Amino acid sequence: MLSSWLTHQTINIVDSVDNWKQAVRLSAIPLLESDIISPNYIQAIYQMHEKIGPYYVLAPGIAMPHARPEEGVNKLGLSMLLVKNGVSFHSEDNDPVYLITVLAAPDNNSHLQMLTELAELFSASGDMQAIFQADSIEQILSIINKY
Amino acid sequence: MKIMAVCGSGLGSSFMVELNIKKVLKKINKEADVSHADLASATPDAADLFIMTKDLAASSGIPEDKLIVLNNIIDISDLETKLVAYFDNH
Repeated sequence: MLSSWLTHQTINIVDSVDNWKQAVRLSAIPLLESDIISPNYIQAIYQMHEKIGPYYVLAPGIAMPHARPEEGVNKLGLSMLLVKNGVSFHSEDNDPVYLITVLAAPDNNSHLQMLTELAELFSASGDMQAIFQADSIEQILSIINKY
Repeated sequence: MKIMAVCGSGLGSSFMVELNIKKVLKKINKEADVSHADLASATPDAADLFIMTKDLAASSGIPEDKLIVLNNIIDISDLETKLVAYFDNH
């Protein structure tokens, strides 16, 4: 159940951000505050992005920033930020990004069920459009509760 | 045959691609051993076919005839078109 990971505590909505780095940092704050990740994890995402490009921008409007377990993950977790006005991740095909979902996986296996459910959600274009246009966390949760 | 889904870290997007590959294989009635890995593990002899995003393809060193490049890893119909074309040519 995605709703066991994505809650009022881990979902946020903002109108706009200055750039992709701020988007990643803001979306990861709930995981940082609950000690699911260390600050190093965000740096690792920045470094890999600068090295190989926006590898975690999955589809139009959707990013899933993540790094390796050993780069600062303490526990399994997920957080979500909706940027109402969108933000550029310098992804040729998939900008602007509206939804940033930070994945924290403590090993190579424990997140696979969570990711399977997340993949179902990301593939449901009608539900994703509804999330992009949501004005409240409740609206986002009502969609997430289906997965 | 072996198919490897590849992404930067080998645990996020590559797993999502693996799920979609398995769905497409089932639909088009083909069998393959599907796995997911990071770019460093994707050496040309590690699989018969590699599937990754455009961002990674250029630096992967995988020969073109063993490579399917995706623009959007969620787009399962694009993946199906490219997998069908691959099987038609091999």
